[in-house]
Amino acid sequence: MSNRYIFIYASVMVIVVALVLSTAATLLRPLQERNMRIEKMQNILSTIGIDASKAEAIELFEQYITVAKVLNHLGEEIEGDAFEVDLQDENRKPVEERQLPLFLAEVEGESFYIVPVRGNGLWGAIWGYLSFYEDMTTIAGVNFDHASETPGLGAEIADPPFENQFKGKKIFDQQGNFKPVTVVRGGAPADDPHAVDAISGGTITSNGVTAMMRNGLEVYKPYFKNQKEL
Amino acid sequence: MSEEKNSIPKEELFSPKNKKLLIDPIGKDNPITVQVLGICSVLAVTVQLRASLVLAIAVVAVMGLANVIISVLRHGIPPRIRIIVQLTVIASLVILVDQVLKAFVYDVSRQLSVFVGLIITNCIIMGRLEAFALQNKVWPSFLDGIGNAAGYGSILLLVAAVRELFGSGTLMGYQMIPNAFYDFGYVDNGLMILPPMALITVGVIIWIHRHRDRALVDVS
Repeated sequence: MSNRYIFIYASVMVIVVALVLSTAATLLRPLQERNMRIEKMQNILSTIGIDASKAEAIELFEQYITVAKVLNHLGEEIEGDAFEVDLQDENRKPVEERQLPLFLAEVEGESFYIVPVRGNGLWGAIWGYLSFYEDMTTIAGVNFDHASETPGLGAEIADPPFENQFKGKKIFDQQGNFKPVTVVRGGAPADDPHAVDAISGGTITSNGVTAMMRNGLEVYKPYFKNQKEL
Repeated sequence: MSEEKNSIPKEELFSPKNKKLLIDPIGKDNPITVQVLGICSVLAVTVQLRASLVLAIAVVAVMGLANVIISVLRHGIPPRIRIIVQLTVIASLVILVDQVLKAFVYDVSRQLSVFVGLIITNCIIMGRLEAFALQNKVWPSFLDGIGNAAGYGSILLLVAAVRELFGSGTLMGYQMIPNAFYDFGYVDNGLMILPPMALITVGVIIWIHRHRDRALVDVS
């Protein structure tokens, strides 16, 4: 076969493949984005103990999440759509320019404050949502997720046994100093309100969670402190 | 149309030869235990049965389709760039599978995360394209692809079942080891969830396989 044929064959093949793939991606894009939005709503709802199925997620989200606002690093409210803020972009900006989303939820008369966090695991990004009781100190629930942690090891951060450990943990000590929850290798003391057990075989992911808790919550510190004083 | 069909002496769809193409790779010509291909993904995904199952299905789909496409194109593919053509076909199919999973079974695709993409690197697929689909008609190629993917998938599931059962005490996420066992001091074997145990499990399967089928012993 001549070089000419090979060139033509390769070019046609590349064009056909590009067409097929871009068509598929464009057609499926709306479905995928909808799935992602619904998943985000489900994740946020799960931190306040509401288990929403795919079908009812949007409705329940509107029912329970009463306020969604964006804060700056001083804890002041600024303009923006909290749901659409992408933490991946925000974390690249200097702290002063970041938009910090905050969701307020109301469940049976009780208020919850929900903030998103994002960090790095072993292979890729990890992220999550934390909900706090009105004391702005005690964690009511968490939801973690990850892009590509090892199944059975680091990926376990997204499973209930790991997430449930955070319930009732505190991010300020009794003197009011910022002391986020750390993930402790080899087991955390049962009475330590600032520590949870790490995952065997998932040390780097566990350390990533610790760093994510510290970095992700630190920027909300001014807001939390203001709220506590109110 | 039927006249045209009748004019060519046609092989039965599931003639003994075609059946062999489908069945052999599951047993005595298994891509993992006999040809020892595709070991890398076996190490990575077999911690849990559920992920292994979806991956096995995805591999069946990709391999069946890739074999068919290459077989259809086999007279036109320039031999000098055939490997590139094969890779392009596999990679496009894998991207398609990934996109479809994301659009229709989002939770499953989240669970599989990186492993769908890793199908591209599965040497069994390219091995079959190169060794079989390039020289054979469409239907036998299809059977060969499905058969080899099933052979790969069956070992994947076997290893995953062993590792999940002894490593986490569950199967498909459901608890299998009764709580009474744990009360008596039974402990899940943490080593099972680490990659080396996948290799050892595959080794044991190969050992048993060869012990039962002596014909395999001298082949390799």
